[in-house]
Formats: sequence, structure tokens, C-alpha cells
Amino acid sequence: MAVAFLATVLASVVVVPPVVAEPPQPAKGRGDKCVMPTDWMRRNHMKGLIHHRREAVHEGIRTPTFDLNGCIDCHQVKGDDGKPVKISSPKHFCRTCHDYAGVRLDCFECHASRPEQKTETTTGQLERSPHHHTGLPGHGGEGDVAALNRYLEGAGK
Amino acid sequence: MSMKFEFPETCSEGAACGCAESDARPVAVAPAPTDVEHATVNVDPVEVGRRWFLKASAAFTTTILAPGVTLMAFGEADSAHAKPADQPVSAKQRWGLLIDAGKCEQGCKACVTACNEENGIATPKNLATDAQWIRTLQVKNPENGSTFQMPFMCQHCSEPPCVDVCPTGASFRRADGIVLVDRHICIGCRYCMMACPYKARSFVHEPLHDQKPEVPRGKGCVESCTMCVHRVDEGGTPACVEACAKTGNAAMIFGDLHDPNSEIAKRIATYRTTRVRADLGTDPGVFYQNI
Repeated sequence: MAVAFLATVLASVVVVPPVVAEPPQPAKGRGDKCVMPTDWMRRNHMKGLIHHRREAVHEGIRTPTFDLNGCIDCHQVKGDDGKPVKISSPKHFCRTCHDYAGVRLDCFECHASRPEQKTETTTGQLERSPHHHTGLPGHGGEGDVAALNRYLEGAGK
Repeated sequence: MSMKFEFPETCSEGAACGCAESDARPVAVAPAPTDVEHATVNVDPVEVGRRWFLKASAAFTTTILAPGVTLMAFGEADSAHAKPADQPVSAKQRWGLLIDAGKCEQGCKACVTACNEENGIATPKNLATDAQWIRTLQVKNPENGSTFQMPFMCQHCSEPPCVDVCPTGASFRRADGIVLVDRHICIGCRYCMMACPYKARSFVHEPLHDQKPEVPRGKGCVESCTMCVHRVDEGGTPACVEACAKTGNAAMIFGDLHDPNSEIAKRIATYRTTRVRADLGTDPGVFYQNI
């Protein structure tokens, strides 16, 4: 009896494997490196985005470093149809981590979740909006990071 | 004599979409006369003489200015206004529009189409509720039946009533005079829509998809003409102005009202211009000619 009970306890402890979800593997961006080190981005990307949003909307400062369109452009994930996926797809760059962390994301109720689709002109050339943001990392980045640091220090982090 | 501004009561969908029941309240009653001949019937000879002198001077100036005018019509003369991307906008500039209703072709919708395309706005089906950042007004003088068309949008006031009433600070005026809604802060109360004497703002009632990357828009926010702020910040001109120039009518000019050398400031200094409901003291940044 005692042996049978012990066996049952052991079986319940040993046999049932713990369920651990695989850590997310967000899509790598274009180019060699991101606008900031990966560790920094994991913790602070939202601070950079919020700081930039305030400056861009109210003061017209449209630097590329923390521009959401830059992230979307660089980290686009192609779907089965060869076009970048929208936020409705679980493969979307932002969703891979946010789904895992259970953090709801409402940026894309208003913001475009994929780069503007190229349109083919009558001459057969691919045309992009003249105001399209290239999203290349590094351009003007030092000034942006310094401004962000000042903002974070002033805001009490 | 009074002039009555009327919103179109029908749309391309005909009677089927119910637009005919829209709350087309008249937005403005301006005391400006529509045609000089009619207006001068009861004035004294001195006044007539003064008008003749002004008209003659204006005609002379037109000849002198003609090359510059043509240049500006295609939106290039002020394109050197791009500021460095990392610098904030400043009150040294005030962006404005000058619209010559006399050049606005009856039935032309090039500015409206260009605005919708640039900002990702669907062609409105229900004029009472769907977003319209710019519309063409049919203006009719009830006394003599004369009509003309003029484009109408957010007037980018320097004393904007929408900003006064906004409870959250979402509605704001940028240092360079462009009146905007910060959708991150907007709670969708629509108080600004009530306050705006120009009926220039719209509310987004339904979820949107496939917005333009440069123009985020979404359900639950109030919005209006941004004077294509994303283009202006890069040294461009608003899409409506560009489209109007492409039609050859060139009824719209964009530029810096504070720069005495800009084409818009020169024209405002030269010709008689009108601002809609200037009596309200909102100090609009949109000027009209021939209304």
C-alpha cells in the first residue's frame, strides 16, 4: 500500500513535464545593427518611441532613430504572399514578443503596421512616396540618443 | 448684402446613401459683396473713384508680378523652407494658404481627391459622418443667384476655438501655426467639433485599416486638415496645393505668412483678401481672394 502510494506520488512529480513556452525569436532587422544595442532596445524601446512621438507631433522633430516607421520598415516580415505581414499576423515583428509577454499593443489601431506598398506606375517603374522614410539605422542617431537620455533623466526614469 | 455658405446636400452616391438628410447647417455668413458692380450701386462717387484706383493699381502690379506668380503656382518658390530634421518648428514662421476663388474651376475636385489620396481618407459616402479634411463649397448669393466654388478646410486659426475647449490638450496649435490633433491624447469627446465655427473637423466612427505610414489615423479620434504637416516638415507643400497647380488653375498658394518676401505674403499685401468669419477674431491662416 505504502509502496503503491509512493509510486503514485513519484509518478505525478516525475512523469508530468513542466510546460515552458519557447522564448520568442523576433525577426532580425535589415543591416548590421539596430539603432541601439539589442539589450537596450528590449528594455527601453517604448521610451524611445514615446519620446519621439511627443517631439514629432508637437515640435515637428522628425529624426529617424526612434521613428516607428523606421522599425516597421527595417523589421518587416514577409508573409506567404511575399508582402510584408500586417499586425493581424502572429508573425509580425512586434507581435512575436508582445504575444509572449501578454502585453497588449494598440499602436497599430492608427499607425501602419507595414511599410507603404509600392505601386507600379504606367511606365513600369516602381514608385515610392517621395516622403517615404528610409529607416536606415545610424543616421543622426547620436543626437537622438543624447536627447532621449536627457529626457529620461528629467522624467525621473 | 449677405452671402450664404452652403454644404452640398447630395453626394456621388445619389439619394441612396441618405446624405440628403445630412445636417447641412450653414457654417458662415460673411458680409462681403460678391461682385463689385453690384456692390457699388449705392456708394458715393469718392468711393467709386477709390475703387477704380485700387483696381487699376492691382492690374498694373499683376503685370509686374506675373513671372513670380507663375513660378509660385507650381509650388517651388518656397520649397527652400525645409528645416533641419532635429530642430523644432518655430514661431518665426506661420504657414498659411491663399486661395483665389476666382480661379477655382466649377466642378473641379482635384484638391479633394489629392487630399484623400495623400492622407489615406476614403471617399466619403455619408457626408454627415464620414471624414472630410477638405471640401468644395458652392457659394450662392441669394440676391442675384451668382454662384462660385471654393475649397474649404481647417482655417488654422491663431486663436483656435478647438484648442480653447479641448479638455485633454490633444487639440493644439504648433509654433508655426498649424493646428493639429494629438491622437495619442484625444479622447474623442468632440467638443472641438462643436467649437469650430468652420465645421472643419471630423470624427472617425469606425475602425480603419491600411493607413498611410506618414498619416496615422484611427477610430475614436477627431481629425482635420493637417496642412500636410509631414510634407511641410520636409520642405514640401500640401497635397491640395500641388494638385491644384497641376490642373493649371493654380488657385491655391502655400507659404510663410511671416516672411515678407514669400509669394503668399506679397500677394496678401497687394490684393484685397478675405478671411471667412474674420469677425470672430480667430485670425485664420487661410486667406481667400474673390469671395
